[in-house]
Parts: sequence; C-alpha cells; structure tokens
Amino acid sequence: MTNEHEDDVLRAAHSRRSFLKRTTAAAAITLAPAALVKAAEDKLDEKGAEYFEKLPLQIEVNGKPYSLQVEPRVTLLDLLREQLHLTGSKKGCDYGQCGACTVHVDGQRVLSCLSLAVMQDGKKITTIEGLQNGDDLHPMQEAFIEHDGFQCGYCTPGQIMSAVACIREGHAKNDADIREYMSGNICRCGAYPNIVDAIKDVVKKGGVK
Amino acid sequence: MDKLFFDTNAPMADLDRVDGRAKVTGAAKYAAEYDLPGMTYGVLAGSNITKGTITAIDTKGAEKAPGVIAVITHLNAPKIPGYDEGTNPAKGQTGGKGLRIFNDNIIRFNGQPIALVIADTFERATYAASLIKAQYNKEAPHTDLVDAMKTDKPLEGQRYNEVVRGEKDAWKGAPVKIESTYIMPIHVHNPMELHATTVRWDGDDKVTVWEKTQGVKSTQQSVMQAFKLEEKNVQVNAQYVGGGFGAALRTWPHAIAALMGAKKTGKPLKLVLTRPQMFTLVGYRPEAIQKIAIGANTDGRLMGMMHEAAAITSTYEAFNEGLVKMTLQLYACANVTTKYNIYQLDVSTPTWMRGPGEATGSFPLECGLDELSYALKMDPIELRLRNYAETDPENGKPYSSKFLKEAYELGKDKIDWKRRNPEPKSMKDGEWQVGYGMSTGLFGAFRGQANLAAKLYADGTLLLQSAVSDSGPGTATAMVQIASDAMGIPANKIRFELGDSSLPPGPTQGGSSTTSTLGAAVSNACVTLKKKLAEAAKKSPVFGGDVAVESLDFSKGELSLKGDDSKRLSYGDVIKGAALSSIDVIENAVPNPAMQKYSAYSYSVHFVRVKVHPLTGVVRIDKIVTAADAGKIVSYKTAESQMIGGVVGGLGGALMEEGVIDHRYGRWVNNNLADYHVPVHADVPHIEAYFVNKPDPVLNPVGSKGMGEIALIGFAAAVANAIYHATGKRIRQLPITPDKILEANSI
Repeated sequence: MTNEHEDDVLRAAHSRRSFLKRTTAAAAITLAPAALVKAAEDKLDEKGAEYFEKLPLQIEVNGKPYSLQVEPRVTLLDLLREQLHLTGSKKGCDYGQCGACTVHVDGQRVLSCLSLAVMQDGKKITTIEGLQNGDDLHPMQEAFIEHDGFQCGYCTPGQIMSAVACIREGHAKNDADIREYMSGNICRCGAYPNIVDAIKDVVKKGGVK
Repeated sequence: MDKLFFDTNAPMADLDRVDGRAKVTGAAKYAAEYDLPGMTYGVLAGSNITKGTITAIDTKGAEKAPGVIAVITHLNAPKIPGYDEGTNPAKGQTGGKGLRIFNDNIIRFNGQPIALVIADTFERATYAASLIKAQYNKEAPHTDLVDAMKTDKPLEGQRYNEVVRGEKDAWKGAPVKIESTYIMPIHVHNPMELHATTVRWDGDDKVTVWEKTQGVKSTQQSVMQAFKLEEKNVQVNAQYVGGGFGAALRTWPHAIAALMGAKKTGKPLKLVLTRPQMFTLVGYRPEAIQKIAIGANTDGRLMGMMHEAAAITSTYEAFNEGLVKMTLQLYACANVTTKYNIYQLDVSTPTWMRGPGEATGSFPLECGLDELSYALKMDPIELRLRNYAETDPENGKPYSSKFLKEAYELGKDKIDWKRRNPEPKSMKDGEWQVGYGMSTGLFGAFRGQANLAAKLYADGTLLLQSAVSDSGPGTATAMVQIASDAMGIPANKIRFELGDSSLPPGPTQGGSSTTSTLGAAVSNACVTLKKKLAEAAKKSPVFGGDVAVESLDFSKGELSLKGDDSKRLSYGDVIKGAALSSIDVIENAVPNPAMQKYSAYSYSVHFVRVKVHPLTGVVRIDKIVTAADAGKIVSYKTAESQMIGGVVGGLGGALMEEGVIDHRYGRWVNNNLADYHVPVHADVPHIEAYFVNKPDPVLNPVGSKGMGEIALIGFAAAVANAIYHATGKRIRQLPITPDKILEANSI
C-alpha cells in the first residue's frame, strides 16, 4: 500500500485529475454540463469530479424502487449497508471468500461484495430484510431458529439467502449435495451440521417458492 | 443452593435462542451498523516493512484526495493522556505495554498502522489510504521461532521457571517410554464479523462507542484509562457481537485510533478492519513447538512426564498462557516437569484463542498418551483410566465435581469403540484406511463476579439486565432459561438485556465462565425475588398472612400455598395488591468461598473415526462423537451447538488452519479466508455431542461448569491419533495435510 509502488499510485491519481480537466475542457465538452466545465476552470475540479464520477442507477431492493447516483467503484454490499442502511447483508471479507454478503439478484444468489452496484441497473435485489412476508418468517428463517443454525448470527443472513437459492437450484438432494453447494458460506461458530439440518427440514416440508 | 436445580438430571425443554428472530431477519445490529448523522469513515494504512523506523511520511496525496477530512500519523496524532503516564491504554496482556498507535515512528510488525485516513465515504477513505507514502529505515526482520530457539534466549521470570513436581527426569527410568516433538502453527480466530468501532464524541469528555467486544465493562475501562474520562461519560454498546473466540477480549489499537480520529474531527467515525488486518491487529494463537516425554510402568501407571513448550510473542508484549498446565493437571502422576519458553519476535501480539493454552498443550500430551498406549499395547481409554486423578494432582484438593469417567463411557459407547481393531493399519473400507482415535480435554471451571438487575413487573413479565456481551454462545437464552425455571415464568415473558455499559457490571465473556458467573447472579436474584414476592403477599387476604417463602410454591407465574393450592395468586396480582409497579432486585453474585477447598474442571472426551486415502493422503472425518462433563446443562440446544462449534474449530486446527509468515520479509502470506483455510460445510460431517449433565454442587447455584473451551481442547490430538490408527503414520505437525501423510514413514 505504501513505499515502492507509491509513485505509480500517486502518478495515477494525478493523471486522473488531469484527465478530468482535459476531458471537461476539450473532448468531452459536448457531454459535460457547462457548469462542470466552469467548475473545472475555477479549480473546483474535485467537486466536479464528485458529480462527474457518479452514475445513475435504478434498482429495486426488497420490492422498493430506488433512483440513485452512485460512484462506479461502490459495491452492491456497500450500497446496501452504507447508503440504503440495509445492514442485514454482512461484510465478512470483502473479497468474495466468505459468503456473508450473499443476496439474490433477480432470484440468483450473488456475492454482493464482488458486485459493483452500477452493474445492477434495472435488477431486482432481495436481501435478508426482504425475505419474510410481513410478520411471517420465511420457512428457511423458521428452520434456522428451530435447528439452531447459528450462534453469533453474523454469517446467518448469507447462509439463509444461500440456502434458499440452493434449494431453488435443485442442489439440496442429499447431505453431501447441500454441503457442497453451501460451502461458499463460512460459519466460524461451526453451526454447519445444524444448517444442513435446517435446509433438509425445509426440503422435507415442501421446499421454497 | 436452590433445590430446584437438583431435582432432575433430565435436559430441560429446548428453548430457541431468544435473539433468534433478530439474527435471521437481519434486524440484529453489530458494531459497524449504526447510522449516525454526519458519519465519517476511517481506514488504516499499514506498514509494509516488518522492522525499522519511519523516516518520512507523505500524506499530501491522501489529504488532497476527494472527501478526505483528516489524516492522522505519528507526526500529528493527538496525545492520548493514558499513553503518557504509562498506564496501558489497551489493557496489556501479561507483560509489556500494548501497541501505542501513532505514538512513535517505530515499526514493530508488518502491517502495523502508520496512518488513519478519515473521509466522508468508505470508498474515498480506502482510496486515500492507498496514497499514504512512507520511507523507512529498514532492519532485518526476525519472525521464525525455529531460528529464535537456536539463537535467542527465551524470556525469564516467574512464569517461565521450570516446574518440578516430584522427581525430575523420572520418565527416563521407566520401562516403557515415549519422547516426541510436536509442532503447531499460528491459528487465527477469524470471527466472521470484522472488528469494528463506531465512535461519537459529545464534547471533549464524553463519548459513546459501539464496539465489537466480549467485555462491555472492560472496553469501557480501557477507554476511560486511555482518555482519562469518567465512567459515566463513557458509554459502550455491544448488543450483538459477530463471534470473538478471544479476539474481542481486549481493546485493540484500532479502537483507540477510531476514538482519536473522531475526537480530532469532531464527527462520528466508523472504522472497520479489513480481513487481512484481522490477521495482524487483533491477535492470534501463537505458534508452538513442544517436547513431550512420558514414561510408564508395564501396567500403564505413569512414572514421569516432561513437557517443554516454546511459543512466540511480540517484542512489545509478553503474551503467555497455560501451555504446559494440562500436563500437570490431567493425570495422576507424581513426577512431572514442565518448562514454558516464549520468544520475542517481530510480530504483533498474540492473544487468547478458544481453549487458550490447553488447546496447544493438549496436542502433545494427548498424542503422547496415544503413543504410549501403542508402546504398552494397551487400549488408550484404559491407559487414561489407570491414571485417573481422583484428587487434583496439582494441590491434592478434592474436585467439586468430576464426571470424566462417565464421559469416557458415554463417548466410547456412542462411537462404538468396540469395533476398533487395536492394531494400527488394520481396518479398511474399500480402498480407504479406517482409524479410530480419542483424546481428553480439560479446562478450569471458573466463576467470577457479576451484578444483575431484576425487575418483576405487575404484568407478570421479568426483566433482567447486566452489562455483558454475547459473542455467540447464547448468554441471554441461557439466562432466560435459568430465570424461567427458577421463577416459574414462561420464557417468552422474560427479557434479558445486555451489551450496554450503563447496566449493572457483568463479566467479560471469556474463559468459559459466563454461565457460571452470570447464571449464579440470575439464580440468586430469583431467590431474592421470591422472598420479596412472599413479603409483598402479606398484604393479600388470600394467604391469611401465611407467607413464609418456604411454605409457598412458585410456578406458572403464580404463588400458591403448599398443601392448599386453592390459595393462589399471580405474581402480577401480588405486586398490584402491594400497590407496587414492580419488584426490583439488584444482585451482586460473588464466587462461593467454599470453592477454596475444591478444584473444578470441565472435561471433554473427543472420539473420531477417520478415513485416509493411501494414494492421495486425503483425510475424511467419518464420524465425530464428543462427550462432556460440563456440569448441569442449562440450555440444551445452545449447549449442543456450542460443543459442535468447538469441534468444528478443532477440526480446522487439525486438518487445515495454518498462519504462514514469509520469514525472509516477516510478512504474512495467507492473510485472507481463501488462503487461510477454515472448515466449510463440505469439511464437516454430522457431529454428535453428549453431556454427562450432572450438576456441580459447589461452584455455583445453577450447577453448571464451563463449556466453550473444552469443546475444542484436545480435538486435534483425537484426529492425529485416528490417522495413526488408520495409517500407522504418526503426524506430529499441524495441520495434517495430505502431503505430510504421504511423506511420513509408516511403522
């Protein structure tokens, strides 16, 4: 993060701003609002950059439509947690290694920490907060409580979102199948056997919609 | 002692976790999940050298980056008053001084924070932190324990003196003996929740902290000491804690940095460690190289034991734990010599991790016993029974309770031990080699001090409050269960509030002592509540003044007269009848002085059946049975989960977990969850956990002993022993990966 590679990083940062100035002053003049060009000329380039670097995003989260402006580097997970304040989806590693951030995008399980928010334009996101129906818990949520499929609870939303998708995908035929297709969701408290029991119970009771 | 708890050994009805709904709906809020107006984000930049000094640090790029509010380094860090007068702001461990973040230019380990960047968004803070540029005067790093044992002297002091019980070297004269060296790498807690601190200052001398901590009051104390604040002005909140396993037992430097940063900017601040930072900034279980020697008579009686351990610590703190203690405590052996050495290396400070000390020490001890059993041609359980300690070998005291024999029997029966052919390398399942192994775990059963508020309301509900936190075992659930049974109030009418430093002081959740410590407070509070209820019932005509607490039954939310249950009144009516809004009790429960005459331990016995593939060295754990003497089981469902969870942690240590540092640079190689392997679903079979479930009559009024540590302690040895039985190969270095099995020579 520091030392030898730093010059390159600094150079890159510098050229990013120069690029913005150049683009606003010349080539991108037809695209950039006049105010932005003026801002750049008035050395308010950071404010301009702030505006320029955000992209429009229309998404639906748990049935609710959102019309947003977000930086392209914002992950879906950070958008959910920091901007929409839906903190049910968890950050356990930020590298797609633990599964705590699992959400459904158009019904498919996705690691939200590895997904940029701007790539979800027009998509429907379901998080743990959107799984239940009013006051009624989803059968998987019920089963996790009944089978004690968690301890600290931090990996739990990701486990549940993954478990629901696992059944939908047809990957919950037997214990080995469940264990294989749930292996992207780490639980450090070691609730795995109980999670498998919870999933089997939901399958037995008719699966998930 | 409340008779109620000793009437039956049957497990109580399974209570679902009282915080279950919050956890499965995403409503449970952890330390980084509080939205405060004007929130700022702190990101730490780390040193990329291991040892040396910072000669220059350029923060201009970061300061100019969009959204950046402040950059803190050792050059401009506000003074922390607690640093100056030598009080350790981050609660030093057992020697030395905690890392004083941004206090000087000295680099003590790779990844040590050199700057805190504060910005208006997480992304901007993260980017700006990448622009911090430092120049160093670099020195050669020294991080290898093997090297240190050759060239360095271990620390000296009372904790590191040789302990000789009976005759030294007695094992050498025994007719049957073994002598081996066992190696265990660094293990890292890696709770799923990243360590996080959210801070809001209200003026110069008042602060609220949302912290990932196993000790609400200990965090409050640390903050008070560091910033010289009054107790009433430091509010610590930890309603939900996403795992700890020891890593959240102390207030780490990043929390002090967050407090510092928020104070400097005057804005609320959230600081979340990255997963790689979780490997260097919040402790780990130290690497250890241990020699074990055991000598026995031909009948299996132990004549002497020797256990010498070497482990690592940082250059700035002498972290130590009871690595060799179990060898002194578990078996009846008159002649035991132990020596514990720690070496100071250019690494961050280790800390307690689940089963601290014993998890490491049990590996050579319980593998050593297994080696000895084969040398004696004796069943390994029989060998343990022949050396069963009837009194504490350390001090001759009787045990307040010990049901280890029962645990051996229970586990032996459930794993179907009689199917084991004693001969190694004799059992097969198709092309797989099959082996059975077992081990014992031990951990002291402790009880501390706890304060608790109990309020019984006129609507019949009961509120319990204590400033503890629950990192996962299910503290609130167990406490509700204890109160429900004691008071005869349904669990859904009882609420346990925790995670708030303004509540009556509760214990830190560590050392397997929460249920014992806090459960005693709940139990005592219920006794007092009953007395106060009886007192209040005097005013009711129903009982005609006959309200001695002994003559009343308390069940189903009602008082009734023993022998005439037509005379009954609900708790609510008693309270209303006495013109009260509630009956309040503040309980301060302290350890039972009678315990001075006793020793108390919890025990686990782990049994595993493994399959080993002879061509690939792959190990599959086929069946796991763990049986425990953990006193009375208060909450069966959560207790079973806790035992299973500890076993999963032990399985990780046995087969996959290994913290790797590149000693050429002193830098971590596998500081993420893709490269540091922890068990995943596919690694974990069905696990059977059983409890002897007999109460300890002295330790606390509930009868419980600890459980969290014994669940893991000894498990790695059981796996190693099973692999030996399957293959005839004795693997003495963890993790037992396929390469080690393939390279090892068979007997």
